[in-house]
Amino acid sequence: MTAMRVGVLGLQGGVAEHLAMLRPIEGVVAGSFMRVSELERLDAVILPGGESTAMGKLLAEFGLLEPLAARIAGGLPVWGTCAGLILLAKDISNDQRHHLAVMDITVDRNAYGRQLHSFIGAELIAGLPGGPFPLVFIRAPRITRLGPGVQALAKVAGEPVACRQVNMVATAFHPELSGDDRFHRWFVELARTAQTGIASRKP
Amino acid sequence: MEDRQQVNRDLAKMLKGGVIMDVVNADQARIAEAAGAVAVMALERVPADIRKQGGVARMSDPRLIKEIQAAVSIPVMAKARIGHIVEARVLEALQVDYIDESEVLTPADDRYHIDKAAFQVPFVCGARNLGEALRRIGEGAAMIRTKGEAGTGDIVEAVRHLRTLFEEIRQVAKAPREELMTMAKEMGAPYDLVLYVHQHGRLPVVNFSAGGVATPADAALMMTLGAEGVFVGSGIFKSADPAARARAIVKAVTCWQDPVAIAAASEGLGEPMAGIDTRAMDEAARYAPRGV
Repeated sequence: MTAMRVGVLGLQGGVAEHLAMLRPIEGVVAGSFMRVSELERLDAVILPGGESTAMGKLLAEFGLLEPLAARIAGGLPVWGTCAGLILLAKDISNDQRHHLAVMDITVDRNAYGRQLHSFIGAELIAGLPGGPFPLVFIRAPRITRLGPGVQALAKVAGEPVACRQVNMVATAFHPELSGDDRFHRWFVELARTAQTGIASRKP
Repeated sequence: MEDRQQVNRDLAKMLKGGVIMDVVNADQARIAEAAGAVAVMALERVPADIRKQGGVARMSDPRLIKEIQAAVSIPVMAKARIGHIVEARVLEALQVDYIDESEVLTPADDRYHIDKAAFQVPFVCGARNLGEALRRIGEGAAMIRTKGEAGTGDIVEAVRHLRTLFEEIRQVAKAPREELMTMAKEMGAPYDLVLYVHQHGRLPVVNFSAGGVATPADAALMMTLGAEGVFVGSGIFKSADPAARARAIVKAVTCWQDPVAIAAASEGLGEPMAGIDTRAMDEAARYAPRGV
């Protein structure tokens, strides 16, 4: 089995926490990236939590917006947590700005309120064995619309907090802060399946 | 660890690799957000003005804090005086995202800090060394910033405090376990936190650098020395072109390992803030020795 190269966008935010979750997973080579030349070598990408306005601005400055959006459109497995989810979303409520705009969802930024309203819960996640998964919400965005091709993976109070559209996964919460690596392992498996799929389609 | 303590420490993790900028009104907050700041810090006057104008420096007018909250979507932090329990309660009622119990404001209590564990909202506090950092964490701080000397534009104190902190962390990490209690006694730090540092080789919370950053190179220097992010106070809004300087400092913090990018970011920014050489300062004029 060839190593799976997973890159965590390293512009700002909870980068080290994702890397610490990924590095013990067998067959994974994990590192941070912020240049187009580094993106080209990756098999899967994680967009970490942080401040979406700061990250979105830096994505544009580093010339990463279009190359990253193009690779995702071409099937690159990607997972956005919190601010990363906002970067992926096609629409952001009450905001003209959008960033990668590749995933057919609408999000409301910081909809769960200010830091006083950050909270920790636990819910079952579709496809994730082993019982309820700890959900850490920090000034979290709310997913207010799922497009027709988007599947909810987990809900809190009836609203989606994790979703998937083919190669794209988004979570409003932070598995990298939960001390539970099941979500990271699940994403790596998803990426591995995608990699095999892409490889088998090659002539 | 309680959930509230965890999410409060976790918010600071989301700010890592970023720049937190001092602002006194909504217009400055918008400039900071547009430049890529990860949070803004609301205060009555920037430290350079507090130095120049003198008098007692206090928490901001709540109206200004509300205007800043309405103007930006990034986290809004605000400063309370050391030991001023009610200023902190007011800031919590305003739902600021972080309270800075700050030596830059005139201390309200010359002996005790706020019992930060009694609050829902997180606190950041200044420290010059490991003992000070662990005392603040013991009181409930969810984030530390090394103090530096605010409002001077002189980076030497920021460097001294960060280096001291790391030097002491290394000493604790490599000390035999039987020496830890005496170290805890000598630095005046809670034993359980000294034990944490011994086991993990780092603080249990995120640590930013503050107090003296005036240029993109200053900010990148603090990242090079191991800061997880940077606070910039007077350095931005006391310079000739705040928007350009703010953008450049953000870029330099992101690209701290890339001197070519820092050079490009530093070009043509106009005059930095006028500085004060901290070696020429009276002891009484220094903020860092307040609230230790």
